[in-house]
Amino acid sequence: MLWETIRLAMLSIRRNVMRSILTLLGIVIGVAAVIAMITIGSGTTEKVKSDIAKLGSNLLIVNAGRPPVPGSRPDRVIRELGDKEVEALRTHLEGARAVAGAAQKQVRVVYGNESLTVGVTGADPDFLVARDWQIASGRPFTDQEARGGAGVCLIGETVRQQFFGAGDPGDATIRVNKMSCKVIGLLEPKGTTGFGQDQDNVVIMPITAFQRRIAGNRDVDSIYISAEENVSTSDLQDSVEGILRDVRRVPADKDNDFNIRDMTQVAETMASATTVMTGMLGAVAGVSLLVGGIGIMNIMLVSVTERTREIGIRLAIGAHERHILVQFLVEATVLSLFGGLLGIALGLGLAYAASWVLSVPFVPSAAVVLLAVGFSALIGMIFGFFPALRGARLDPIDALRHE
Amino acid sequence: MSQPLIKFEKVWKTYGEGEARVNALAGVSFSIPRGEFVAIMGPSGSGKSTAMNIIGCLDTPTRGRYDFLGIDAGDLDRGRRAILRNRHIGFIFQGYNLLPRTTAAENVELPLVYRGIGAADRRRLALEALDQVGLANRADHTPAELSGGQQQRVAIARAIVTNPTLLVADEPTGNLDTQRSHEVMELLTSFNHERGLTIAMVTHEADIAEYADRTIRFLDGHIVSDGISAEAA
Ligand SMILES: Nc1ncnc2c1ncn2[C@@H]1O[C@H](COP(=O)(O)OP(=O)(O)O)[C@@H](O)[C@H]1O
Ligand SMILES: [Mg+2]
Repeated sequence: MLWETIRLAMLSIRRNVMRSILTLLGIVIGVAAVIAMITIGSGTTEKVKSDIAKLGSNLLIVNAGRPPVPGSRPDRVIRELGDKEVEALRTHLEGARAVAGAAQKQVRVVYGNESLTVGVTGADPDFLVARDWQIASGRPFTDQEARGGAGVCLIGETVRQQFFGAGDPGDATIRVNKMSCKVIGLLEPKGTTGFGQDQDNVVIMPITAFQRRIAGNRDVDSIYISAEENVSTSDLQDSVEGILRDVRRVPADKDNDFNIRDMTQVAETMASATTVMTGMLGAVAGVSLLVGGIGIMNIMLVSVTERTREIGIRLAIGAHERHILVQFLVEATVLSLFGGLLGIALGLGLAYAASWVLSVPFVPSAAVVLLAVGFSALIGMIFGFFPALRGARLDPIDALRHE
Repeated sequence: MSQPLIKFEKVWKTYGEGEARVNALAGVSFSIPRGEFVAIMGPSGSGKSTAMNIIGCLDTPTRGRYDFLGIDAGDLDRGRRAILRNRHIGFIFQGYNLLPRTTAAENVELPLVYRGIGAADRRRLALEALDQVGLANRADHTPAELSGGQQQRVAIARAIVTNPTLLVADEPTGNLDTQRSHEVMELLTSFNHERGLTIAMVTHEADIAEYADRTIRFLDGHIVSDGISAEAA
């Protein structure tokens, strides 16, 4: 009986394909919007999380300047970090797996006839450890090279492609600014960040060499500190703060003139921010589902009116009110469900396309798809109920007389 | 079996209020025993359809009592009357009233669907009924592909497929030419004779009324004559 009713509903929808599709547009767009929003949203969340994980796990990053406080101007004069701070942390900090100073500058790098503007980083050897960055081929620089400020460097995948195409850099020498630099290794690719920054467009060299030949000063832009396996980053942060206040001689009544970011926390904050955004966008999209529901109600009212005579016939030959009610409810539900499925397909398609464009992972969620299926069926039932009831309550004699 | 199948006792049916008040039936009493074939005649607006709607349990009297199968049908709610119609009454209408874009067989199956009979049995019973009205070879045609006479025969098959006690026919030949009308009447008469099917039929045409055992004439909501038909006499 139910199967019969579903078959009947399909037939009646098929008879008015064009009208059905137009009616469904609201539901299709609503469901597609919800699915696309949520899928793209969770993709973005994933991306943000993995981007931050790529920076290294349990990572603290120290920069010069007061921590940014919303509503207040940043300091005009910033006391830079230097080798002194790095040394102090290396000597006194406990629970750190790696402490590495690093400085950075956008520099034109040349090899043969090719040139490329690259983010060149001068770093301590531990930098790669702190950032969980592997070497794809070749070797890292030695402590001796680091101390001596040797002209050696590691290059990222983008730089390799630009200069060496499909080939191997071998023992090539590239020019960074006016400095000659021997390529000793290739960094494992990291891809682009959620903000579209190419993390493989890098050259890393010993910080001593960088300071002397590229930057022309002794500044350290950032200090990277990664915590040991079972050391909490917030405890570590406290120790770092103490040591730095000490070495920089910050008076007890003054705020820090440096800031420490806990990347695990940043990751969580950003992920939860994108989740909230996703939820809000989803809610907005949900409103369009309501509009779709009203479309369903409208078309079902038309359908009941058009088929008044049919209802009369059915009632005359012994259909119960309940039969008519169920028939139109099923029809509205099947219609809405059909719209929901189209919407899911469209939404996933959009999300897939968007994941390409935004280069975020495509993370369709079975739960969300099921929810959309259930929700569109529910909308059909809710908005189909009133028209169905109207059909079921018709007087058979009046209905039979209807033209 | 002395109890009649249909019994009207001072049945009134009133439409409208005040000035616009119309007594479609004004205290009508009559009964129809099982197996009888009754023709109902009268000018337009005399209350024939109103009486048929009550007989067919589609409507209830405003006043008075209508017993069907010894049950006070005027007292039943919509749902109970729907069940009564489904179990005991078949309908034929002037305009055939088949579902469009639905095959003859599916139309005939319809009352069985509401009886909760399975698809295979439904199909078999529908084909049997279509065979009885001589349309076995048209089972899969839609109404649009059938002539008026054929459509009315499909409607008859749909009315008798449940093997009802009573057949209610409101001007069944109203839209048909003379030859088709007589074909339809032959069919109805055969069901009346062979199955003892009770038939209540409205008609305007005297030669159609002649197929019935008895003719009741209405005028302005009253019965003006009730007697044995010429032929049966
Ligand atoms: N639903 C209704 N509302 C108001 N008046 C009605 C309704 N049905 C029938 N009538 C009136 O009742 C009277 C009898 O109608 P009806 O039984 O259809 O006559 P017949 O079938 O003999 O032509 C007519 O005057 C008609 O106008
Ligand atoms: Mg009439």
